[in-house]
Amino acid sequence: MIRIPHPPSFSIQSPDFFYTRPLRSDIVENVNRACIFAAALVVYVLGNRPARAAEGPYFVTYTHQLEEQGNLEIATRSITARPSDGNRLLGSAVEFEYGALGWWTTEFYLDGQLTGGESSLFTGYRWENRFRPTRREHWINPVLYFEFENINGADKALLEVVGHDGEGDLTEPNDSARVAKKREIEGKLILGSNWRGWNFSENFIAEKNVRHQPWEFGYAVGVSRPLSLRAKPSICNLCAENFRLGVEAYGGLGDTSSLNLHDTSHYIAPAIEWSLASGIDLKISPSFGISESSLPFFFRFGVSYEISQFARRLRK
Amino acid sequence: MKHLSAVLLSFIFCFFPRLAPADSLLQRASQIAEPATNPLEGDSNATLAGDKLFQRECSACHGESGQGNGRRHTPILTTGSVKQANPGTLFWILRNGSPSHRMPSFSHLPAEQRWQIIAYLQRSAPLKKY
Repeated sequence: MIRIPHPPSFSIQSPDFFYTRPLRSDIVENVNRACIFAAALVVYVLGNRPARAAEGPYFVTYTHQLEEQGNLEIATRSITARPSDGNRLLGSAVEFEYGALGWWTTEFYLDGQLTGGESSLFTGYRWENRFRPTRREHWINPVLYFEFENINGADKALLEVVGHDGEGDLTEPNDSARVAKKREIEGKLILGSNWRGWNFSENFIAEKNVRHQPWEFGYAVGVSRPLSLRAKPSICNLCAENFRLGVEAYGGLGDTSSLNLHDTSHYIAPAIEWSLASGIDLKISPSFGISESSLPFFFRFGVSYEISQFARRLRK
Repeated sequence: MKHLSAVLLSFIFCFFPRLAPADSLLQRASQIAEPATNPLEGDSNATLAGDKLFQRECSACHGESGQGNGRRHTPILTTGSVKQANPGTLFWILRNGSPSHRMPSFSHLPAEQRWQIIAYLQRSAPLKKY
């Protein structure tokens, strides 16, 4: 029986907590706890019977598939880019996705970024929930999405593009960008269909800073398919069934004061997902900006692992 | 803000699927699903592939051989009712799932892979693994 210790007790009061100066002994204690927790998690994960995530190769677009009840998925979604007037950056989000009920999936994200020649910093957290109102599979399946995010202006995870987001948002120096607070609520209507192995997903996004600024809108659409529809009898890493190819497109649609495409950014991104026999999923996606405000090119990559029946295993 | 929370909570608890009476999912599905034949029936490769898929997608809840995982309400899949069920009924269950029975939908799997799982569940001969 593997006992997992309690997670390290960082006190996350605000995205700027890394800027306070804790005592050296506190830092050592927290690092020790984090190491023990991480080691226990690795041992636990290695002893797990892996499940397979069903989100497809997308990074921005959500499918209508929810997390299986009781399963926990741990994933990272990262982006690396070099804006034309800025330094190379690496933005990342660590995601913990849990199937609370058959029709309710909840996710918690921790965001951070590293900008060359500047600094690395924790930029905030997000809590999102997805609800599926229909019991059965239909031609088009709706899912409702609600999110609260408490991030700062230096966040570069680029998990969605809305309003007039553009390349300029990524070039502001960390010191000034991190001062801006972004406490936002976000809603999405997710529509998804599976047809003959193909997945079609469409997301409509509305986002608002809770204190000021108008509602901002965006979209994301994606289509994907596994390379092979039949599974091979043997366990393998390089079988065609383990690869899923897709393409997604996403961008901003302006805001309530200017609901149009002027000064908005749009991207098109081919994506590939490789599911290893060990249960680890790898995803990559080169992304191309197709409007003037867009970042011309950036690269996304992600790793995910799903622990089946997590809560029951913990109880055991 | 209080009003918003109240509206959201009411919405969640009133309009989303809730626990239904725990009648047999197989019985319910057989009344709704259209009868079908498994296009991969008798294909030994499909049965082996179905075994692989079953271990990956289903065994956490149903046990490695489909005989349950020790929990009270986990359906046992090695019974005659599953083996003799119409393949169309099992296909319907895999496609739609049932939140009230904690059965997720596997619509993200291509139909061919769902038929492979059904071929494994309804196999008549013991598996001969490579």
